[in-house]
Amino acid sequence: MKASIRAILLIALVLASPLAHAQSHSDARESHSDARALLASQRYDDVREGVHTLAASGNPNAAALLTALRDGRLFFASDKALYIRGQDGRLTTESGHPAPDIAASALHPVRVNNAVRRAADAALGALNLFAPSATDRETAAAAVFQTRDPALLPALDRALAQEKDPSVHRAMEQAWAAVLLSSGSGSAAERLAAVAALRARGDLESRAILASLSGQPPELVEASGQAVRAIDRDLQLWNLAQNVFYGISLGSVLLLAASGLAITFGVMGVINMAHGEMVMLGAYTTFVVQQAMQAYSPGLLNLSLPASVPLAFLIAGGAGVLIERGLIRFLYGRPLETLLATFGLSLILQQAVRILFGPTNRQVAAPPWMSGATRLGGLTLTWNRLWIIAFAALVFAGLMALLRYSSLGLRMRAVTQNRTMAAAMGIRTPWIDALTFGLGSGVAGMAGVALSQIDNVSPNLGQAYIVDSFMVVVFGGAGNLWGTAVGALTLGVVNKFLEPVAGAVLGKILVLIALILFIQRKPRGLFPLRGRAAEA
Amino acid sequence: MRSRSSLLTFTLILGAALLIGALNLAVPPGAAMHAPDYIVSLAGKYTCYAILALALDLVWGFAGILSLGHAAFFALGGYAIGMYLMRQIGARGVYGSAVLPDFMVFLNWKELPWYWHGFDMFWFAALMALAVPALLASLFGYFAFRSRVTGVYLSIMTQALTYALMLAMFRNDMGFGGNNGLTDFKDILGFPLAAASTRVALLLASALALGLCVLLARFVVASRFGKVLVAVRDAESRTRFLGYRPESYKLTVFVLSAAMAGLGGALYVPQVGIINPSEFSPANSIEAAIWVAVGGRGTLSGAILGAVLVNLGKTVLTGALPDAWLFVLGGLFIAVTLFLPGGIAGTWFIRKPRGARAPAAGVREAAP
Repeated sequence: MKASIRAILLIALVLASPLAHAQSHSDARESHSDARALLASQRYDDVREGVHTLAASGNPNAAALLTALRDGRLFFASDKALYIRGQDGRLTTESGHPAPDIAASALHPVRVNNAVRRAADAALGALNLFAPSATDRETAAAAVFQTRDPALLPALDRALAQEKDPSVHRAMEQAWAAVLLSSGSGSAAERLAAVAALRARGDLESRAILASLSGQPPELVEASGQAVRAIDRDLQLWNLAQNVFYGISLGSVLLLAASGLAITFGVMGVINMAHGEMVMLGAYTTFVVQQAMQAYSPGLLNLSLPASVPLAFLIAGGAGVLIERGLIRFLYGRPLETLLATFGLSLILQQAVRILFGPTNRQVAAPPWMSGATRLGGLTLTWNRLWIIAFAALVFAGLMALLRYSSLGLRMRAVTQNRTMAAAMGIRTPWIDALTFGLGSGVAGMAGVALSQIDNVSPNLGQAYIVDSFMVVVFGGAGNLWGTAVGALTLGVVNKFLEPVAGAVLGKILVLIALILFIQRKPRGLFPLRGRAAEA
Repeated sequence: MRSRSSLLTFTLILGAALLIGALNLAVPPGAAMHAPDYIVSLAGKYTCYAILALALDLVWGFAGILSLGHAAFFALGGYAIGMYLMRQIGARGVYGSAVLPDFMVFLNWKELPWYWHGFDMFWFAALMALAVPALLASLFGYFAFRSRVTGVYLSIMTQALTYALMLAMFRNDMGFGGNNGLTDFKDILGFPLAAASTRVALLLASALALGLCVLLARFVVASRFGKVLVAVRDAESRTRFLGYRPESYKLTVFVLSAAMAGLGGALYVPQVGIINPSEFSPANSIEAAIWVAVGGRGTLSGAILGAVLVNLGKTVLTGALPDAWLFVLGGLFIAVTLFLPGGIAGTWFIRKPRGARAPAAGVREAAP
């Protein structure tokens, strides 16, 4: 398929290029003076012709002249010499030298209407097809694909002939195909090749061009129909993949918010309604760090997020230790009271932050390495989502490693599994309780750093996630970190798949109802703990 | 003894309402003893909150089910009456449609959705105000209690329930007025809502409803049924082994309590003149829990006392020191759980606290 396109293009170019080259070399001077005469004409058709001639002339100043023309800044004197008025109002000659003194009355603007402007735009696009930088050429090809101006076909042919960069070549090929098919020119074989090129591009616009082909020879209609179906199939797959990506991204946010809760609620069995406020503390820490860096070391501003992570962990974790020592330890064994007391605490924390930082949303700027997006096939992956997925995975892995391999983790597991025996072995259980609670809160603080990038930093930040987080932990099975991860990702993906079908809000409601029903069936979650630990 | 104390409560509530009503209507404005209109509407609001607190106390204080979704039942009852009041506006609305409420005209709806039919009749709306919460509670309770979801898990699920309902009600195409809810009511049973006499009548109706709810609740908890309920609260497994079915006891009291909360909401909406989805917000339900905790759960008069005291504090403080109210409320949550587990009534008024320090109010029984 590819080979045949190339062959056809080659033939077309071999035929076209001698003419083009001849024109651009020997006739350059002549055509340029032609262009001047045409541009000075009073008739729009002549001016438009002049634009085409100028574009084809190979004049190195053509781009500047055309831009000026389009913006109405191009003038001609009585001797047909062209002058450009710059943005600052100074007149220059075509080649950019300061203009000699001319009376303003001797200058006439080149007449411009919309058709001329369009022609100038198209000609500029064509000129950029020969720009020295590959990115410029690719942008120009993409622009041609959008405008599909048949007048650009010869220029495209020439550009294709000399293009070396494969990706730019592909873009030009697609632009060529789009122009050819929508203008209805070209031989049957060329048009078939164009259909194949658009099929290979496979996006919605190609599909639109292909679907609009009608009144064509049957084999072309057949080919375009097939291509449309194939594109539809591909798009559906990409759409699916994109949804999975969004789902994983949402799931990783849920995982971040819930993994701290999986420690405090899942492992320790303490129900902490102020968990969302630990997330909020982390987000506000990020805000403060960024403000401080802006004030004292603007050079390091891009690193404010990584710098906030340990700080958020320490601040939220410290708050967690304080909460455990000051409040929760008096309420062990009374979960409903713990729930109410920590809810009261969350009210106090929210109000304190509201008074300190004001009730409005605070802006946490995204560093440049987190903005923008990358494309992978038909997928658009934004960098901030990718970073959050990576961050969630990292935090989760770190948490698992800490619990499994460190001596602190060993003691934590010992205390939650068998408190009396752990105490008998010399573990200071109250201290471990405080540290475990601090760890869970600290992880929530780190989640806050990530959430500051995708959500409003406001006193209510935590509340938005608390119900979801509890659902994730309960769904995954309390006390099981893997369950939390699976639960978060499942909920994220399911949410995103329901959204287009049912709408965002209804989708969320459906998920909540499904969860409520699920917990009825399996009160201990997806992955219940077995054995002695489950009895506690 | 106990039934006499609840008769006393009944008399007190009704007497206070009658007094406020009389001072509002009979004493001319300007006189020192005149009760201004806002006192009447405040008293009416508190009475409705007290009904909600009583309903929550019935399930939490006596059956150990901490529902964090009771405000949802309250709001559902309110929506039922709100729909009746919307239909009563008739052609007097901004768009002047005789059948469709304003927001439906605004959304370009052509006819009344099926679930709005019948709400032009008061008896039907009043029935629905009780039946819809009861139905939802029986559905939810049937599944939850059958699969033995207890304690904190149940609390979180009730919270998710009210959260889901709130999200649903925020949607315009649900047909309940979306974000703005139902408002601009004109009259109830032909009496204009703006008139002072209607407001006093509503206050008296609320007080009477509260008093009857107290008597009903007293009857329930003093009966054999109520004794089993307390047994379920304190030792669910043991009660089951004795041959009772805890789930059907819990379900019955849960449904009764939901209907009671619906009644509170139904009386609340005509008095405040608006119902919107924020009534479903989980924070409202938790606030109701703190009323009960402050007053003393497991004591019926305590729940009423708590509702009135906390809301009185809220009214005073949000007026005087708006920023401080949330600190006080948060502090109340902490202080009551740490230092006053029996609440006010449980600690000071009742010598042998029955419900206070209930060890098992939701605590999972330790495995033997």
